[in-house]
Amino acid sequence: MDSIIAAASVIAAGLSVGLAAIGPGIGQGNAAGQAMEGISRQPEAEGQIRSTLLLSLAFMEALTIYGLVVALALLFANPFNN
Amino acid sequence: MYIDNLYLSTSTFLAEVEVGKHFYWNIAGFLVHGQVMLVLWLVFAVLLICSFLGSRDVKQIPDDWQNFMEFVTDFTITIARDQLGESFYRQWLPFTGTLFLFIFGCNWAGALFPWKLIQLPEGELSAPTNDINVTVALALLTSFAYFYAGFNKKGLGYFKHYIEPIPFLLPLTILEDFTKPLSLSFRLFGNVLADELTISVLTALVPLIIPLPIMILGIFAGSVQALIFSTLAAAYIAEALE
Repeated sequence: MDSIIAAASVIAAGLSVGLAAIGPGIGQGNAAGQAMEGISRQPEAEGQIRSTLLLSLAFMEALTIYGLVVALALLFANPFNN
Repeated sequence: MYIDNLYLSTSTFLAEVEVGKHFYWNIAGFLVHGQVMLVLWLVFAVLLICSFLGSRDVKQIPDDWQNFMEFVTDFTITIARDQLGESFYRQWLPFTGTLFLFIFGCNWAGALFPWKLIQLPEGELSAPTNDINVTVALALLTSFAYFYAGFNKKGLGYFKHYIEPIPFLLPLTILEDFTKPLSLSFRLFGNVLADELTISVLTALVPLIIPLPIMILGIFAGSVQALIFSTLAAAYIAEALE
């Protein structure tokens, strides 16, 4: 592989995961904080809040995973590598 | 490739990860990823044996194994009923329940077995869901399922939902049909592969103890991903039915 392409791919892979982690990080923090508030107001609803929280956290995590898939494509299946 | 150098320098064979290397089988002119097929057959066998043992000798008062399988069935019923409602869930329970059990079995088969002990000529055995072909196949099946559900219920009137709130959003609603399978397949594939990569990178750095919490997280994430995939499949079908 051309060394310029290799270097650019590695940097881009790092950036794609790092940048993709920002938004979901904020979102997950918000969701967890709100869930905690909900539990402290209404401890009897804990089970339902927890299961909904886990499901929505996994949805937010998926956004980071898209960045990770792009990074993996750059590292292991680079289309510019010929 | 440059990624090989990272793992050659650590010299621990446990930490090797082989993304993009496959153990090819040539079946009737089609190239098949053999390492995926082997683990898939194991998952099929485990699921078949479990359900056979659970339903072989059905009793009024269930004993241990039948009890466990009834619990599992109840769980899959809950997933389908929460999304599809009382009136439709029975018809779609086989689909969403199978999706849940199959993905769950695949993720846990990859997480629980020490596959590194079995050497293949090329590639390595791991969770079948870390191959994007498997997850894309499952996601496309889901797409076909919700299209079938819509046609079955409403006939050609199903297409009306593309212009239902306002016709102005037509391109977005069409785009949605493509992004649904894309996000379903990438979510599952990325989560499973990310987990295995994290474990192998950590194992390359510190081979003992340290990767254990991540492995437990991987087992947990595997079950959550199975739950999410089947919940979303049921939700898409419910959306087409309403």
